[in-house]
Amino acid sequence: MTFFEVVFYAFSTLMVVAALGVVSARNPVHSVLFLVLTFFASSAIWLLLEAEFLAITLVLVYVGAVMVLFLFVVMMLDINVTRMREGLMRYAPFGIAIAILLIVQMVMVVGPEHFGLLAFPVPESHAADYSNTKELGRVLYTDYVYAFELASVILLVAIVAAITLTMRRRPNTRYQKPGAQMKVLKEDRLRIIKMKSETIEPENKQ
Amino acid sequence: MIPLSSYLILGAILFSISIAGIFINRKNVIVLLMCIELMLLAVNINFIAFSHFLGDTAGQVFVFFILTVAAAEAAIGLAILVVVFRNRQTINVSELNTLKG
Repeated sequence: MTFFEVVFYAFSTLMVVAALGVVSARNPVHSVLFLVLTFFASSAIWLLLEAEFLAITLVLVYVGAVMVLFLFVVMMLDINVTRMREGLMRYAPFGIAIAILLIVQMVMVVGPEHFGLLAFPVPESHAADYSNTKELGRVLYTDYVYAFELASVILLVAIVAAITLTMRRRPNTRYQKPGAQMKVLKEDRLRIIKMKSETIEPENKQ
Repeated sequence: MIPLSSYLILGAILFSISIAGIFINRKNVIVLLMCIELMLLAVNINFIAFSHFLGDTAGQVFVFFILTVAAAEAAIGLAILVVVFRNRQTINVSELNTLKG
């Protein structure tokens, strides 16, 4: 067994076990943590496939941002776990049977006889000075630049949608009214009066 | 050497596990969202494996966009979830029957 095989089988086993943990954990917080473990294992597998930039992105963006968002929401909502688990076992055999059927079918299609080493030989690994990030950036900013800009628009829409969905106006909160502030005149706020100047006597002169 | 089929089978197993998870956890919306994330991860593994074995970076660009869309989907899904919980005090799918669908 080569080093690559050891790494691949170790991390793919970890990944499958963690994925099983995601779908079978009783507590949603544990589910999220198992999902984080799945993402870590898959980023190790992506490193084996020489997709270094995406492996790092998966850990930084996915584990760092999206999964933390999941954790926030899971902890913020007061979920009645026991009521969620009702009727769980009724559909479990059905789901497991469908999953096994799917795995058998897909392995028949993508198995070693069609996608083995004969059909797809392992490519030469890149030289040490090859930069996956540079190559990906070159393609992303030339061939796929419109798709890249569309992706940024999608993210913007997601930001706006998330804020508008969750923002609520409390009736007794004080807000600024910029329009009214702009319309204010000097006469409304400031009154100039004529009066004698007053002097204050110093208390103890020395 | 690890053949391409091993990576594809790994993706297939991950995809099937997440489908089973949707059947098992069909009452908890949060776990349903997590199962969708797992499915996208399985697809991404396939994309990257083909990208490596065919020597084409287009697969990695696709994964990049899938990650973007998945992040947006997770953000909006969780926002909807928070609003539903605020209005109904539950996220149990079987109790979300206002539309009588």
